[in-house]
Amino acid sequence: MAHDYNEFNPAWEERTPVIIGLLCNWCSYRAADLAGTSRFGYPATLRDLRIMCTGRLDPTFVVKALREGADGVLVMGCHPGQCHYDAGNYKAMRRMALLRRTLVQLGVHPDRVQLAWASASQGTVFTEMVKNMTETIARLGPLNWQDTAFDESQHKEMEAIRG
Amino acid sequence: MAEQKPKLALYWASSCGGCEISVLAVHEKILDVAAAFDIVFWPCAMDFKEEDVAAMDDGEVDVCLFNGAIRNDDNAHMAHLMRRKSKVLVAYGSCAMEGCIPGLANFTDREHMMNFIYHDSPSTDNPEGIEPQMRTTVPEGELTLPEFWNTVKTLDQVVPVDYYLPGCPPEAKWTLAAIEAILSGQLPPPGSVIGMDVTVCDECSRTRSEKHIKQFYRPYEIIPEPDICLLDQGLFCAGIATRAGCGALCPQVNMGCRGCYGPNEGVVDGGAKLISALASVVDGATPEEIDAVLETLPDPAGYFYRFSLPHSLLRRTHLVGSNGTRTVEKITATPQLDPKLKD
Ligand code: FES
Repeated sequence: MAHDYNEFNPAWEERTPVIIGLLCNWCSYRAADLAGTSRFGYPATLRDLRIMCTGRLDPTFVVKALREGADGVLVMGCHPGQCHYDAGNYKAMRRMALLRRTLVQLGVHPDRVQLAWASASQGTVFTEMVKNMTETIARLGPLNWQDTAFDESQHKEMEAIRG
Repeated sequence: MAEQKPKLALYWASSCGGCEISVLAVHEKILDVAAAFDIVFWPCAMDFKEEDVAAMDDGEVDVCLFNGAIRNDDNAHMAHLMRRKSKVLVAYGSCAMEGCIPGLANFTDREHMMNFIYHDSPSTDNPEGIEPQMRTTVPEGELTLPEFWNTVKTLDQVVPVDYYLPGCPPEAKWTLAAIEAILSGQLPPPGSVIGMDVTVCDECSRTRSEKHIKQFYRPYEIIPEPDICLLDQGLFCAGIATRAGCGALCPQVNMGCRGCYGPNEGVVDGGAKLISALASVVDGATPEEIDAVLETLPDPAGYFYRFSLPHSLLRRTHLVGSNGTRTVEKITATPQLDPKLKD
């Protein structure tokens, strides 16, 4: 079945993009709530998870999401200066910058992993971000980490030998 | 009937040989080991062949210390063989446990490695363009080589492993601790890493203060102060997220911890934890300031996954795109955070 995303990249034959959203409880998660209650439309590509603060963001979450099949990860938190735990979002800013540099070397396009800010009242900022990121991911195509990177084909010959 | 001594086997797969030497670093205690065990297989030091092991009963070897990563069919064959013949299989050293330096091959692939090694490297002299073949016919008959893999694996990605001894190479005191535990039957639960559950910082005697790293230096660029935390001085040190057990050997001699003992207890991906710990002490409150500091840390993935790439969550660099061609997600420019984030 063809999807709408084929126009961006023909590789979207089988499925639609999957973006994992890691949203701060105090702002972006509420912005997502607001977007919902206000009935703002946005693509059904985001699977959001609530974290208490972007300072809780362990880069492991992002890496694990990519490994387990996500095409992108969107982290959203309070605007700088407005973190409810003082400076968690500054830590997130640094961690995401370093993580993106590292992921580039592992063959992950840095645009697959993004950080953005939205306060509880910015439902439209949230929906715009999801729209933008969905389009970016749609152009980049599916990641399918385990299928393409783990490269199990190398063992076929060996298994044939061993029987 | 005289009481039988437990049987010990040692094997090296894809490794440098340092782990074999480290077994001897137990010094004169090696005599106790030799007295306590019947060494039945140790290609580095004694004349046994694969067929000697193959002739044993399954489970006949009591303990096998297996070092080295798995990167070709022969390594995998020996891993399966040693697993079958051994009651307790120990992944000995960083290569068997995490992939270690051979695992850095996972940043590229077989094709590119072969091209570089047999054709492109400046020191290669190979006018006929000879490459190793899996099968070669010579007058005497056919010669075979094991297949070289695209991706380096760890021992536990190939066969089940009972215990892990981290380190490049493991420190003698932990080798002894493991052997003593096995001899006394006081074994930790299967799957345990034999060692400590704190980080190298706990063993390091340097004075730490609150960190604000404004610039990273490479070891040749500065002469570090002797008693101050190396990271405080801008030298990359993996001790902040690396399992203790070595006695902070490298920081003692002015070299930042490389991370060979791997992630601490309960950590899934050591590289991601290093990113987390290191980034949080980078100075800077805007994307530009942060990028300026990170610009001074070349090759971050090399630092964070130096010993653990095959065992990390992503395991290797993604080189082939969804359309089957090599991706240019092998990107050259470093990503900048969107300046809009400055708010
Ligand atoms: S509380 Fe929202 S980012 Fe810290």
